[in-house]
Amino acid sequence: MATATAQTLPNDINTRGDVVLEDPIAGREPLVRGGHDFHAVTEMVCKFNEVEVKKTPKSFLAGLSLAGAVATMFFGYVGYLFWEGPGIWGNNNPVGWAWDIVNFVFWVGIGHAGTLISAILYLFRQKWRTSINRYAEAMTIFAVICASMCVALHTGRIWMDYYLFPLPNQMGLWPNFRSPLEWDVFAVNTYFAVSLLFWFTGLVPDFATLRDRATNKWRQRIYGFLALGWRGSMRHWVTYEKAYQILAAFSAPLVLSVHTIVSFDFAVSQLPGWHTTIFPPYFVAGAIFSGFAMVNTLMLPARHFLGLKDLVTVRHLENINKVILLTGTLVGYAYGMEFFVAAYSGNEYEGFTFINRSFGPYWWAYWIMLSCNVVTPQLFWFKKIRTSVGWSFVLSIFVNIGMWFERFVITVTSLHRDFLVSSWDYFVPVTEVFFLLGTFGLFFTLFLLFVRFFPVIAMSEVKGVMPEANPHWEGYGDHGHGHAAHAAAAEVH
Amino acid sequence: MTAKSLWGVLAQYETPAAVFHACEKVRDEGYQQWDSCAPFPVHGLEKAMGVKPSKLPWAVLIVGVLGSSLMLFFQTWAMGNAYPFVVGGKPLFSLPAFVPIWYEITVLSSCVTAFLANWIMNGLPQPYHPAFASKAFERVTDDKFFIMIEATDPKFDLEKTTALLKSSGATMVEELEP
Repeated sequence: MATATAQTLPNDINTRGDVVLEDPIAGREPLVRGGHDFHAVTEMVCKFNEVEVKKTPKSFLAGLSLAGAVATMFFGYVGYLFWEGPGIWGNNNPVGWAWDIVNFVFWVGIGHAGTLISAILYLFRQKWRTSINRYAEAMTIFAVICASMCVALHTGRIWMDYYLFPLPNQMGLWPNFRSPLEWDVFAVNTYFAVSLLFWFTGLVPDFATLRDRATNKWRQRIYGFLALGWRGSMRHWVTYEKAYQILAAFSAPLVLSVHTIVSFDFAVSQLPGWHTTIFPPYFVAGAIFSGFAMVNTLMLPARHFLGLKDLVTVRHLENINKVILLTGTLVGYAYGMEFFVAAYSGNEYEGFTFINRSFGPYWWAYWIMLSCNVVTPQLFWFKKIRTSVGWSFVLSIFVNIGMWFERFVITVTSLHRDFLVSSWDYFVPVTEVFFLLGTFGLFFTLFLLFVRFFPVIAMSEVKGVMPEANPHWEGYGDHGHGHAAHAAAAEVH
Repeated sequence: MTAKSLWGVLAQYETPAAVFHACEKVRDEGYQQWDSCAPFPVHGLEKAMGVKPSKLPWAVLIVGVLGSSLMLFFQTWAMGNAYPFVVGGKPLFSLPAFVPIWYEITVLSSCVTAFLANWIMNGLPQPYHPAFASKAFERVTDDKFFIMIEATDPKFDLEKTTALLKSSGATMVEELEP
C-alpha cells in the first residue's frame, strides 16, 4: 500500500486516490486530510448544497428521477393495496407474516448504525464519528420511515391503524400494554421521534452556516428559518452541548432496546425457531451489522461524487469495516448457537425447525444468508480489503442482501411448517417485490434530497476535532512547541 | 459619540487561542453583559468566560421522572382499573410486561424536554440579533471568532472597552446598533 504525507498529495482530492497517509505525530491517519483549515471544511461541505437549483448536475437529476419514479410506483402500489387489501400478497395460512414483516425488520435494523454512530460513539469519545454521523443519522430517519410504512401497511385495514395508539375503543378497552406488538409501536415511534430531534439539534449550527453564506433571498430565508437564529454564542453552546450529550445518552440504550423489542415480536411467541432467549442480542448485532453495511453503500458513492475524500477518509472506512467484521462474527456465532440450543434442548420441534431451515424447502434462502453474512465479512480480516473502497462497496451490498435474507429465513421458514402437517404450506411472493423495491425508491429519494439541500457532514463537529480547534494548539512543524508549552503551563497551574 | 443608538461592540479574532486569551482578559476585567461566538464549541472557552454549567439536566430529570411515573401509573390504571382484562394469564398489574413501554416513554419525555429546553433556555428561535447587521459576523459560523460586549454592562465605556478588545488581539472592532 502506497503511503504519503499531506504535503506530497496532489491537490485534486478526486484524482489522488485513497492512499494511506503517514501521520506526522502518532502514526495514525489524521481525521481530516490535506491540511485544510476551518474555512476549507466549510467550503467542501457546502459546495454541493450551494449549487444553483437550475444548475443541478445532470447525473444527480438522473439518479433522483430514477429514485423518484420508483417511489411514485410505491405510492401507486400502496393505493392498490388500499383497494384490494393484503390479498395481493402471497401470505397464506400458516405464513401470515412474510415480506411485509421481513421488510419492516430489515429497514428498522438499517437505522441502528446511525444511532450507534451518533450516540454510542459520541459517548465513547470516538472523534472519527464526526465525519459520518450526519448522513448516518439521515439514513436512520429515512430507514425508520420505510420501516413504519411497511408495518403500518401490513395491518390489512390500514384505516384502522389508530387501534395501535393508546386510545380506548368504543367499549372502553385499552390496547394491551402487555403485548410485544404494542411495545413495538412505542419503540419504533420513540425511536423515530428521538432520532429526528437529535438530527435536527445537530443540524442547527450547520443550517446557520448555510444561512450566513446564502447568496439569494430564498436560501437565506429557508436556512434562516431552520437555523432558529443560531449565532454560535458560547453561552448557547454550553446548554447546547449539554442537551446533545443528554440526547446521546438516551439514544444509546435505544440502539439496544428498539431491536430488542422488535425481536420480542418473535421471541415472546411460542413458535419453534422464534422462541429463544438469544433473539435480543442476536437481533441487535444483526441490526448494527446491516446498518454499517448500508452506511458504506451510501457513503462510498457520496464521498466520491461530493468530493469529500479528505473528510471521510480511509481511516473512517477501515473503522466501519472493523465494526462490520465484529458484528458479522457475532451474527455468525448466533447462527451457530441457535443450532446448538436446538440440539441441546432435545425439543423435537425446535430440532426439526433448524434442520428444515438449512435443508428444507427454503434451503436456498438459508445458504444465501449464511454465505453473505458469515463468509463475506470475514474478508475484512485483511487490511488490504478493509482499506479498499471497491471491496468495501461490493461486500456492503452482499451484507445488505444477506441481512434481508436473514429476516426472510427467520420469519418465513419458522412459519411455513406448522405443528400439524395438514397446515403446512409454501410461501411464494406475488406482488411483494414492488413493496420492497418501492421502499428502496422512497429511501433513496429522501437520501438524495438530503444530500442536495442539507449539509451532509456535521461541519461544526468536524471543526471541533481538528487539531487547530484546541486553544493550546500552536501549529505543526517548526512551530510545534505547542505540546511542550502546554505541558509546562499545566505544571505551573 | 453615538451612545444613544449603541448596542455594544463586536471584536473579531482569528484563532481559538486568541479568543480564548481575550475571553480571560474580559472576564478578569469584570464584565457581565458580554458573550463570545465561535463556529464550534471551543474546548474550555466557557471556563475562560466564567460561564456556569447549564441547568438543562435538571429540567430533563424533572420531566423525565414525571413522564416515567405517569406512564407506569397510566398502564397500571388502563390494564387494571379502567377495564380489567386478563391476557395470557398475566396478573392485572404485570410489571415486567409494562417495562418496555415504561422505558420508551421515559426516553421520549426526557429527550423531548432536552430538545425543547435547549432552545428555550437559549432564547431561540431569535430571528434578529444586533450582530447580524455586521458583515464580518457572517463568518462566525465558518472560521472566525468574536467577542461582543453590550453597552448595558455597568463597566462599559466605549473607548476603554474598545481599547481592551484591541489590546487583547482583536483584528477588527466595530460598534453595533440595536
